[in-house]
Amino acid sequence: MNDRKEKPVNPEAGEPVNHRIVAEEAVFVQELDREFAAEVNRQSETDLNLCYQCRTCSNGCPFVAAMDYPPNVVLRMIQYGMRRRVLECATIWVCVNCHTCSSQCPNNIDIAAIMNTLTKMALEEGVPIPTQSILDFHVQVLHSIEVYGRAHKLRIMLRHKLASGEWFKDLDLGLKMISKRKLDLFPSRVKNFKEIRRLFEPYWKVAKP
Amino acid sequence: MNDQPILDFSFYPGCSVAHTAHESSQSLMRVCQALGFSLTELPDWNCCGSSSAYIVDPELGVQLSARNLSLADPDHPLLVMCPRCLHHLRHVHVMVKQNRDLQRTLKRRLGRPISPDLQIIHFLEAVVRHGLPRLNGAPVSLNGLRFMPYYGCTLYRPPSLRRQYYFQAEVENVLTALGGEAVTRCMTSRCCGSFLSAVQPEVVTEQVNQIIASAVAAEAECLVTVCAMCQLNLDIRCTLKTRLPIFHFSEILALALGAKDYHRWFARHLVNPRPVLKSRGLID
Repeated sequence: MNDRKEKPVNPEAGEPVNHRIVAEEAVFVQELDREFAAEVNRQSETDLNLCYQCRTCSNGCPFVAAMDYPPNVVLRMIQYGMRRRVLECATIWVCVNCHTCSSQCPNNIDIAAIMNTLTKMALEEGVPIPTQSILDFHVQVLHSIEVYGRAHKLRIMLRHKLASGEWFKDLDLGLKMISKRKLDLFPSRVKNFKEIRRLFEPYWKVAKP
Repeated sequence: MNDQPILDFSFYPGCSVAHTAHESSQSLMRVCQALGFSLTELPDWNCCGSSSAYIVDPELGVQLSARNLSLADPDHPLLVMCPRCLHHLRHVHVMVKQNRDLQRTLKRRLGRPISPDLQIIHFLEAVVRHGLPRLNGAPVSLNGLRFMPYYGCTLYRPPSLRRQYYFQAEVENVLTALGGEAVTRCMTSRCCGSFLSAVQPEVVTEQVNQIIASAVAAEAECLVTVCAMCQLNLDIRCTLKTRLPIFHFSEILALALGAKDYHRWFARHLVNPRPVLKSRGLID
């Protein structure tokens, strides 16, 4: 069945354009994961099969320009069962959970919850992540919470810069913020940090990225 | 100024307000003194998980929030300053109330029960519910200061909290009563970009510019937010020529209630708010 991919395409020969799109973006039925939509539904406790592609989510999303697929397309791909393409897309990492889509969805689908489910699944399955810097940032935040029990912004930013190597990006802003005393130099910490560590134990064992 | 009884709250500041946005926490203390709210910091509170925990592992986020809930005294409402913390704490509390299994699991894991009767209340809600009768006779009028109320995304009814308190228009109600003039035909609920500000600043700059441009077009003089994170993003990421000062709701409220140590807060703003306030005769 894979030989369909190699089907010669020649738009100059008068072949209709949408045929070409079908050939390049072909969806192969045997590669689809039929359980995917049900799995996402179960984990995110919402019903994405109600989506009728009205695109309210994509029109309202403030960050759709930074995404590779708009949210409604992600939902469609989940319905089709295109597991790998969904879990490897940048959209799920760019989403900041502002819930604009979830609030506006006429069918009451909690799209932000679906995005959170997908990021978790992507980590569990170890697929390549297109926006590594976003994940690095989350990991630094979690490190800070694990060590102090609270998020210490200066440490998070410094370690994030260290990991990404982009020292000069926003350097002037960072210095300005420190001079305005917007970033505390020293963290305060939770006294009973054993409790915090215990919460983190299963997490680091399974999904430490 | 008021003879109402003192109200006791346990207070969950959240990481931003406790460590970076000192202007919000200091002005909050002034507001609470003036309104007769007594705050006791939640003993040994931890981060609610922020967005990161919920994105990487929602279960971890739930447990981090649950620990805070288990520490809270159910006899006093838990006052939360940050909308995102409020969202997480309330969401987990609603989940715990609905799901007996989760309630048992968390009790076993944390060694403490979570009271289903605990009230979780945002600062804005506390001012509206308990503070309004105490606001009468505020010493300073806002003198027609044209402000754009900026709620950000999280107070705009996220799905898990649909049946909870609805915050829309509350900032206007309070500040208009104090003599301000609300400008609302702008992007009052657009998301500021949250954590993307640290990772993809160019994306956030575009959003922030749109929000501030809409405020400028509506002829607002300043923005009033209820979230320390939004305040920070709007303050640092705007690249427009006309930049507006961004206030936390507590700063403006404290100013109207006659707080005098505002220079300490305003020194920490990137966009200097003093000219606007001086032109309205609110500060010397």
